[in-house]
Amino acid sequence: MNITEILFWFLTALALGGSLMMVFSKNPVYSVLWLIVVFFAISGHYILLNAQFLAIVNIIVYAGAIMVLFLFVIMLMNLNADNEPQKNKWLKIAGVIAGGCLMLVLVSAILRTEGLKEQTLSLSGSTGLIKQLGKTLFTDYVLPFEISSVLFLSAMVGAVVIGKKED
Amino acid sequence: MPINYYIILAIALFSIGVAGVLTRRNAIIIFMCIELMLNAVNLLLVAFSKMHYGVAVTGIPETTAGVEAQLFVFFIMVVAAAEVSVGLAIIVMMYRNIHSVDVNFLNRLKH
Amino acid sequence: MSKLVYLVPLFPLIGFLINGLGRKGLSKSLSGMIGSAVVLASFVVSLLVFNETRATGFTPVTVNLFDFINTAGINIPFAFQVDQLSALFLLIITGVGFLIHVYSTSYMHDEEPPHYARYFAYLNLFVFSMLMLVLGANYLIMFIGWEGVGLCSYLLIGYWFKNTEYGNAARKAFVMNRIGDLGFLLGLFFILKQFGTLTYIDVFKQAGDLSSGDTVLVVITLLLFVGATGKSAQIPLYTWLPDAMAGPTPVSALIHAATMVTAGIYMIARSNILYTLAPVSQTVVAVIGLATAILAATIAIKQNDIKKVLAYSTVSQLGYMFVGLGVGAYTGAVFHVMTHAFFKALLFLGAGSVIHAMHHEQDIRKMGGLAKKLPVTHATFLIGCIAIAGIFPLSGFFSKDEILVHALEANTIYYIIGLLGALMTAFYMFRLYAMTFRGNFRGTHEQEHHLHESPWQMTMPLAVLAVLAAVAGFVGIPELFAPNAHALQHYLDPVFAASAARVEAAHEIKNEWVLLVVSQALILLAIIFAWTRFSKKPETSDATGFGKVLADKWYVDELYDSIITKPLNALGNILNRFVEKSGIDGLVNGVGKSVQWGGRQLRLLQSGQVGTYILWMVLGILVFFVITLFI
Repeated sequence: MNITEILFWFLTALALGGSLMMVFSKNPVYSVLWLIVVFFAISGHYILLNAQFLAIVNIIVYAGAIMVLFLFVIMLMNLNADNEPQKNKWLKIAGVIAGGCLMLVLVSAILRTEGLKEQTLSLSGSTGLIKQLGKTLFTDYVLPFEISSVLFLSAMVGAVVIGKKED
Repeated sequence: MPINYYIILAIALFSIGVAGVLTRRNAIIIFMCIELMLNAVNLLLVAFSKMHYGVAVTGIPETTAGVEAQLFVFFIMVVAAAEVSVGLAIIVMMYRNIHSVDVNFLNRLKH
Repeated sequence: MSKLVYLVPLFPLIGFLINGLGRKGLSKSLSGMIGSAVVLASFVVSLLVFNETRATGFTPVTVNLFDFINTAGINIPFAFQVDQLSALFLLIITGVGFLIHVYSTSYMHDEEPPHYARYFAYLNLFVFSMLMLVLGANYLIMFIGWEGVGLCSYLLIGYWFKNTEYGNAARKAFVMNRIGDLGFLLGLFFILKQFGTLTYIDVFKQAGDLSSGDTVLVVITLLLFVGATGKSAQIPLYTWLPDAMAGPTPVSALIHAATMVTAGIYMIARSNILYTLAPVSQTVVAVIGLATAILAATIAIKQNDIKKVLAYSTVSQLGYMFVGLGVGAYTGAVFHVMTHAFFKALLFLGAGSVIHAMHHEQDIRKMGGLAKKLPVTHATFLIGCIAIAGIFPLSGFFSKDEILVHALEANTIYYIIGLLGALMTAFYMFRLYAMTFRGNFRGTHEQEHHLHESPWQMTMPLAVLAVLAAVAGFVGIPELFAPNAHALQHYLDPVFAASAARVEAAHEIKNEWVLLVVSQALILLAIIFAWTRFSKKPETSDATGFGKVLADKWYVDELYDSIITKPLNALGNILNRFVEKSGIDGLVNGVGKSVQWGGRQLRLLQSGQVGTYILWMVLGILVFFVITLFI
């Protein structure tokens, strides 16, 4: 077992454990913190896959910006106390079973797919580097990139309009 | 590294996200579960990108195969960021109106 | 001229449209004039056409107007066929029809103008339908006319629709006719299935190739005969005709003499080759005809309504015609249709004149001694009675004798029963005559005071018809009197040639002269007996014993009522109560209720809880995945 495999299993365990904790934490603040852990683990995976740019973006955008926003909102609402009423027990069990079934179906489908077992992925290569991505992004994908700025603008306007206090 | 490992990891993360959406009532937690699902998909995309590269690089050493997948991930993150800003605004709005973020209070759909 | 034959039905149609659409604005004299004039125009054209068909070697002319039904495999043109048979019927219909129209202008003068015009519109439509019936070059056109006369008889019988009884009589006529029409329609379908065409010429040509007694032919002819029993009032569908007396008297004359009831005779005469090739059907036709002739004659003996007696005598005479058709005497049957048209129209119009003079009194027990007051009516009525009784040399003798002679050739029993019927005919006709015109007047004083002869519009047709009824027989002088003198036979020969070729020569009858003299003597005896008996001692009380059975028409109406109408009504009630209420309603309501119940249960799923919705969505996706990935 070499170092990459050790790293892979460690990050996998971290991601799964963190996401489970995120779901089952009573306190929303803890959930946010566990989710940040998951994001870090996923970023670790990205680095392992030699996709440094995405790893950095993931940390900056998700773990940094988005999760801070979440935390901010939770604290704004003063939700840190566990005041969430218990959901119907049967509905909860049904939800877990449904999620488990979904996973079971998808995993069994993947395992039954011929030709996928032999496929491996290379951990080397420079495609994930910012130079390669930037070249493609600003040549072939420059239009979607510019349009995404419009999307941001509309999201901003939308957030302001929704969040505005009604007079 | 076999691709199946990453696929199964992504499926596991996605399913946990689904289970979370189904079991929790707190709108913010549900929203975070959705982010988790998005990240699972992102991970899968990156993994396939590297698989694609691994296949292509044996023929052409200078290949750029797999770049598009990573750009897709990038765009997903962009959209997710926009979505979060609007979604959180909606949640704040909801809290302001009914003083709760419990989705069970939002049962007006039957009307 | 034959090419212009479409003018014949066109004129009455125009008359119908003018009178029908303009009935509010037309004055009575104008609508009467229009109604009569169009039929006169038809008569003139018919005469020209008839004249053409008299030429030797005249071949049937088919006038194609347009394609009526043209689909894959079926081509039915809207076409008229002119031959000797249709030309003869054209003459009868338009000629007698015209006289009846003229008569009606006076008889109906009490009606309000719109109703007066309506009456003439119906009459014209009636004549139009009948002309369509006889002119059609295929069975479908005949069927159109067939249905048309059924409709018109309904309209005219129920002309005084405010009287419920008259309305019921009209409905009865219509329903009875419909029963027969169904048989006719089925017959048409069989013909179409068997021969692939409805055009007479093609059907008869193909039928000629079949062997005698072919099952299909028997079925077809029997079904067509069912139609004929409806239209021509034979057992078992005859009961509508006596009830049809509800209509105005000229209408009865029209129905009984010129149109409607002769349709069945015409249809069988037209299809003669089919019947010749189906001996079973011929026997059925002859037996039914005989039975009807006898049954109707017995009923007529005890009727006291002047029109009812005539109605039953028509049913009886129609029975004779069917006997003629059944024994293969097609010419004789058509001959009898012609002579019967004259004397029956004469009798009905005479009866109308009497009723007119008596202020709508129809019961002969309250008449008597009218001979002096109504001289023209009396004289013409007497001629009609002698003609229908079959006394030499009036027309009834020749046509009836021809049928009876052919019946004798076929079967002696036919002849004996037929002769019995003829005796009864003579008896009840002279009972009617004696009760009406002889003896002393038995009505009220007021009626006696107002007795008057009818105006010329009514007596003129009577006179014309009386002449015709007297002399029409001479177109068919039997072989016995003078060889080769039967003009009508020669004229109609081409129509019945195919049938005649198929029949073996009939065996000679011995002592025909003796039979003739004996039968004439018997009829004369019956007449003298009835005349003297009812002139001196009229039958004024209600009939008792067996007479009552006859007076009540053998209770046939009651029989139909109890074995058909009542069980059907009971069945309808049962079906309505159980099958409809609990079965069909239960099913329909059950579907509604179960859907409602299911909806109420399913509604609970719509809790409005976002969580449950998502759960359902995930389960749906799961099912979708399982189906696409594993199945």
